[in-house]
Amino acid sequence: MFTQTLTSKVLGSPLVDLLTGPHGVDRYTELVDQTWTTDARAKVVDVRRSTPRSVTLVLEPNAAVVGHRAGQHVNLTVEIDGRRRTRCYSPANAEGAPLLELTVGRRDGGLVSEHLYRHAHPGLVVGLSAPAGDFVLPEARPRRILFVSGGSGITPVMSMLRTLVAEGHTGEIAFMHYARSPQEACYRAELAAMPVRVLHGYTRSLGGELTGHFDAAHLRSAMPDPDAVFVCGPPALVDAVQAVCDNVSSESFVPVPFVIPDAPSGGRITFRDSAIESTDDGRPLLEQAEAAGLTPKNGCRMGICHTCTRRKHRGAVRNLTTGAVSSADEEDVQICVSVPVGDVDLAL
Amino acid sequence: MTQQHITLTPEQADAFGRELDAIRDRVIADLGQADVDYIRRVIKAQRSMEVAGRALLFAGIFPPAWLAGTALLAASKILDNMEIGHNVMHGQYEWTGDPALCGRTFEWDTACPADQWRHSHNFSHHTYTNIVGMDRDIGYGILRMSPDQAWRPYFLGNPVYAFLLMVLFQYGVALHEMETERIRAGEISLADKREVLQEIWRKTRRQVAKDYVAFPLLAGPFAPFVLAGNMTANLIRNVWSYAIIFCGHFPEGTSEFSVEETRDESLGQWYFRQVLGSANLTGGRLFHILSGNLSFQIEHHLFPDLPARRYAEIAPQVREVCRRYGIPYNAGPLPKQFATVVRKIVTLALPDRVRSARPVQAPLAA
Repeated sequence: MFTQTLTSKVLGSPLVDLLTGPHGVDRYTELVDQTWTTDARAKVVDVRRSTPRSVTLVLEPNAAVVGHRAGQHVNLTVEIDGRRRTRCYSPANAEGAPLLELTVGRRDGGLVSEHLYRHAHPGLVVGLSAPAGDFVLPEARPRRILFVSGGSGITPVMSMLRTLVAEGHTGEIAFMHYARSPQEACYRAELAAMPVRVLHGYTRSLGGELTGHFDAAHLRSAMPDPDAVFVCGPPALVDAVQAVCDNVSSESFVPVPFVIPDAPSGGRITFRDSAIESTDDGRPLLEQAEAAGLTPKNGCRMGICHTCTRRKHRGAVRNLTTGAVSSADEEDVQICVSVPVGDVDLAL
Repeated sequence: MTQQHITLTPEQADAFGRELDAIRDRVIADLGQADVDYIRRVIKAQRSMEVAGRALLFAGIFPPAWLAGTALLAASKILDNMEIGHNVMHGQYEWTGDPALCGRTFEWDTACPADQWRHSHNFSHHTYTNIVGMDRDIGYGILRMSPDQAWRPYFLGNPVYAFLLMVLFQYGVALHEMETERIRAGEISLADKREVLQEIWRKTRRQVAKDYVAFPLLAGPFAPFVLAGNMTANLIRNVWSYAIIFCGHFPEGTSEFSVEETRDESLGQWYFRQVLGSANLTGGRLFHILSGNLSFQIEHHLFPDLPARRYAEIAPQVREVCRRYGIPYNAGPLPKQFATVVRKIVTLALPDRVRSARPVQAPLAA
């Protein structure tokens, strides 16, 4: 412990900063081990493919990684063919556990999930963001808790279950999980061994304790009148639970498909920093920003000098010189040659 | 006024531009892991050489250690400034999304603040390449590098200024954004440049403190060896980068342009100007890496934000396209190209009538 503090004190000192300038000490230590940095990174120590449609990564975080509260999510960054890709996942491990566990459900055509399913291996280093989200257990734990999840929505619920079990929660817990089939239901063996009433429902096969989709009858068989309900899954499941229960905390996730229109998208452009909105007229973002009265820094106005590059928080834009479409959140784009594809939220 | 009298019709220029666009599109479609792996290997080599070089200089009392340490540190600074810094700051690796390769935030191991460089180089020089009066890389505000710059008695010192710029190149580059020629001409005042100067001072101060104070002091009694090694490494980097950069636009056969003739130019005409105003250096793979692939100055000026390791593979295609349009493609070995630069520096020191009355001298050996 002492040596650890001493090391971080020395590495963080102004002298070391001067000696390793202008790059900084991280850019040297990471060459010895990619996780030796003050950037939050983690090393994959185990990979399990326990169902045909998911992969579970066990990660050893470095000291810069902030632990999550059960139910929260983190952004995971992996490099695929030279490009950093960031996706949001909810850790499934208990709060405070030394190792991070991410179970990633495969999505058809999903770039990151397919890549991780096929190529994740021990030793792989990934980037992590600080945890976020308010889908969490209240500090004063409710007595009778019902959890409901669908598909890969099981992960934040697993984190909550494991946390409660580790705490020695004495109240009653029931968990209803919906998957396509028994083969695709994650964590079945572990759940069976927990002091929790677990009911499985299979939407595309027979054999579960629950038949078909969630309804009031399912609720009655699991736990009538729970003190608190936590549901994570597709919007339809969340809606169904909210229709019959009170005290519902929920989280949903939907991949948004998009189509590239030929004409001006007519989308809403939000210049976030200046709180100005305008309607897309098909011109590059730089020109539209100027038409809206802004004066963004720019140079060549032809896509070569990168002076005008800005952070795009949300939405998709097309680069007119490369044809590439940027659709992920929080990507940098050259606004002099980028046109919106639908709604765009820009740091400007 | 251009020295070359090759012209393209607007239609030819458009067709020329489309062929070059196609070359660029093919490279962009092929960018991937190999490009990132390459630049990370270069970065790893640079940082390792830097650490090894500085360690050896601590034992600099032994001549072989001093020589090896100085050489490693010089090579590390050359890689840092050229193949890594210059190219990363052009946004060549922006597509990777890696913050360590982000062109807008990268800082390099030289006196010039990266932010000022991004403006004076990426924007001014690359957009207005070789336009006299707009591209301040023509003579850096202190030299006469084009006959289109009017002669003044001040330019009699051209060779002296050029030599001083060479040995102090990192400070010359650092002061670029000060626009001292406009201050001298009275267009702007020193007060207008206060923030720029403060920024330069902040960066330069840290660089000086690192190389000339902190590292020597850490060596205790061996401080003089470390100091001398660091100074020599910086000098080697200065001379090398000066030679490479001056061979990019000033060798015999490159053209300058006037503001009038480049007004309202199309993308094809912009490409055309980039080829006419730039010159390549021929050499082996290591030479190209140490020059930051600025030895492919023509390809770099056509596509400044393509990863520089790709210039070697597209150079034959660019050359072939130029040949078909009758556009000269200037390339030669470093000694030959640099000799023509030196001759230009010397001849342009003299007023035009004196110069034209004298026979052109044989190239100086570089």
